[in-house]
Amino acid sequence: MTMSEGDLAVAEIRFLQMNPIEPQPPPMSTTGAIGWLRANLLSTPFNIGLTIVVGLLVLWLVPEALKYLIFDAIWTGHDREACVYTAEHPHVGACWPFVWDRISYFIYGSYPIPERWRVDIFFAMLAVGIAWLLWLNAPRHDLGLFYFFIVVPISSFILLHGSALLGLPIVDTSLWGGVLVTIVVSSVGIVVSLPLGILLALGRRSRMPIVKTLSVIFIEFVRGVPLITVLFMASVMLPLFVPDAYSPDKLVRALVGIALFASAYMAEVVRAGLAAIPKGQFEGAQAVGLGYRAMMQLIVLPQALKITIPNIVNTYIGLFKDTTLVFIVGLFDLVKTIEVARIDPQWAAPTTSSTGYAVAAMFYFVFCYGMSRYARATEARLSKAEKR
Amino acid sequence: MAVESAAAQPARVAFYNDPKIRSLGYQVALCLVVALLVYGAVSNAIENLRRAHIASGFGFWHQTAGFDISQTLIKFSSSTSTYGEAFYVGLLNTLLVAILGIIFATILGFTVGICRLSTNWLLSRVATAYVELIRNIPLLLQLLFWYNAVLKALPDLRDSMSIWGGAFLNNRGLFMPEPVPKPGFAAVEIAFAVGIIGAIGYRTWARKRQMATGQQAPVLTVALLLIIGLPLVVFFLAGSPLSFDYPDKGRFNIRGGVEVVPEFAALLVGLVMYTAAFIAEVVRAGITAVSRGQTEAAYSLGLRPRPTLRLIVVPQAMRVIIPPLTSQYLNLTKNSSLAVAIGYPDLVQVFTGTVLNQTGQAVEVVAITMAVYLSISLVTSLAMNIYNARIALVER
Repeated sequence: MTMSEGDLAVAEIRFLQMNPIEPQPPPMSTTGAIGWLRANLLSTPFNIGLTIVVGLLVLWLVPEALKYLIFDAIWTGHDREACVYTAEHPHVGACWPFVWDRISYFIYGSYPIPERWRVDIFFAMLAVGIAWLLWLNAPRHDLGLFYFFIVVPISSFILLHGSALLGLPIVDTSLWGGVLVTIVVSSVGIVVSLPLGILLALGRRSRMPIVKTLSVIFIEFVRGVPLITVLFMASVMLPLFVPDAYSPDKLVRALVGIALFASAYMAEVVRAGLAAIPKGQFEGAQAVGLGYRAMMQLIVLPQALKITIPNIVNTYIGLFKDTTLVFIVGLFDLVKTIEVARIDPQWAAPTTSSTGYAVAAMFYFVFCYGMSRYARATEARLSKAEKR
Repeated sequence: MAVESAAAQPARVAFYNDPKIRSLGYQVALCLVVALLVYGAVSNAIENLRRAHIASGFGFWHQTAGFDISQTLIKFSSSTSTYGEAFYVGLLNTLLVAILGIIFATILGFTVGICRLSTNWLLSRVATAYVELIRNIPLLLQLLFWYNAVLKALPDLRDSMSIWGGAFLNNRGLFMPEPVPKPGFAAVEIAFAVGIIGAIGYRTWARKRQMATGQQAPVLTVALLLIIGLPLVVFFLAGSPLSFDYPDKGRFNIRGGVEVVPEFAALLVGLVMYTAAFIAEVVRAGITAVSRGQTEAAYSLGLRPRPTLRLIVVPQAMRVIIPPLTSQYLNLTKNSSLAVAIGYPDLVQVFTGTVLNQTGQAVEVVAITMAVYLSISLVTSLAMNIYNARIALVER
């Protein structure tokens, strides 16, 4: 029997596995709760260690926070006696009766009690305007802009400050306080800063050298100094710059400072939006015979502002947080009312301060977080339109 | 000829519709308005100042200040020091908190930013919660919280907490032992300087050799040995020329040692926590901006994860990270002016606060303060522009 080539090939193989191999264990589960745990929490020894350390931290922080806010918190009482350490309350959490007692002070400041409905109407008007502008599918955005930037400012000034003609008693701005001042300052900031910021941004991109230089100087100057110095400038230097008879009151001074400051930041945001518009849009507009004004109004700005909405909202978040600084120049914003109320002897207890700060923190967090979610959602929606 | 004559013909638009004339008109009008505003402001200011009998000019710079400052890095006494010296005290305090803040905020911010990208679900969620919570609460409120609700709520002097190593913590601050160099300590300082120079020299040499031969050298180990090891060896050879001045708790105050005032601690903690949340976002954006393909390409070339990170990902991420990181540093410096709310004697508190109140020279004082911040900002953005130009992608 001669060997064929195939046999020869087999004979050259030195090893042949004859015994069956032990079956391997099934692969680790990658689905279900256990698979998820393994992939996301326990993948390596280092990860297991991390999970344990972080888990312990969470297990320590969360119950402490809950104890402070809910379980050890004091819920009823009429003065500081309720919130001091006693034998039956060796651990005192948040002092909520202090907040219930002072809530109207936190919202309205010293605004006269019979006139507070005017503040409520102001809040409602503002809410309508904001909802109209921020809801992307809302009808008649042009009307909304007119309402928010013209109608609301004028009517709220008359409403809040009062007018002898309409029979509304005058309420001096020194009586305004709390959330009212915070909202007024930040609204004036946005209402002034958007148009002024657009003008400054257009000025910075302008071909006219003097307009450009002045815009650049203003923007870079304001962005280079801290807000607090701008506020100091507005509050101590502004009265010097106008005739004595027209010396503005404290609120107006702070408003001027905030508005100028916000405009410079808004200008940079709008400029970024303008820079993102392709050159073809400008050229197309010019090709159909539009002048500068019409080109900007009809073609460029609508597109630029639309893609800038997320950044405008983010700037507004910064502005909203920055309004707390007006308390340093003596206005009674929300933080200042809390500062005043927490050292009031009627409620001075170990946890009064932290309770007050917790309330303010929740207020700012709800607003800012809400706005940032909105900005992100809008961004996602706009980028979806881009990807089409 | 025909073309020439057409060009020579006068334009058919009215002169006020000529873009050149129009832009000239706009600019002249703008100049006039600005000049009018400035003139009005200056003349009113002169009139108002004259009426209020407030001096003008910078003469107050050399007048005796007559007030005390709680934290001074240079010698300052209320009876002999001038407003000018108060300015430097405030400026140094601002720079101190800004520099320390930048260092710690960078460390914390990078840590949190990397944690947010961790594959560990729990860790990334905790980091996200931190960022969202801190970013959405005003810094001023956080400073007030740290100062009034945390540090001022510490036990008072009599019940001071003793900390390991002879330090005390109470609501007046943290009192720590102060290292006092004995004669012979200069040798350690010299060794430290020599170590740094040696490390730089070694790195240059190692680079050159790697370029020429491809051989690598343990630069980090040698550098650490030179910078930390050498001074330590000299320190022990010189017979430990350092003693400590321990704080001594008395009945009414604490003598000796170094004191960290609570205002400083609150400001530093607040600034670091706040800025770190923003830096974390910057870092996260920078790392996610490096496309996955870069890592995959590095792996397919045979690079291991660590060199991939060091040589491929980090250099590209830094290009994205550095510009916004710098603006966060500037923000931190500018935000340090919130010190005025909790009474830390920074530039704004000392100068725009106390000096302004005492002299009443609002224009000069505010102008000087703004000029300081403005020059810090401008110098930084200048450096940033140069850096950006250097690292900008050179496209084909």
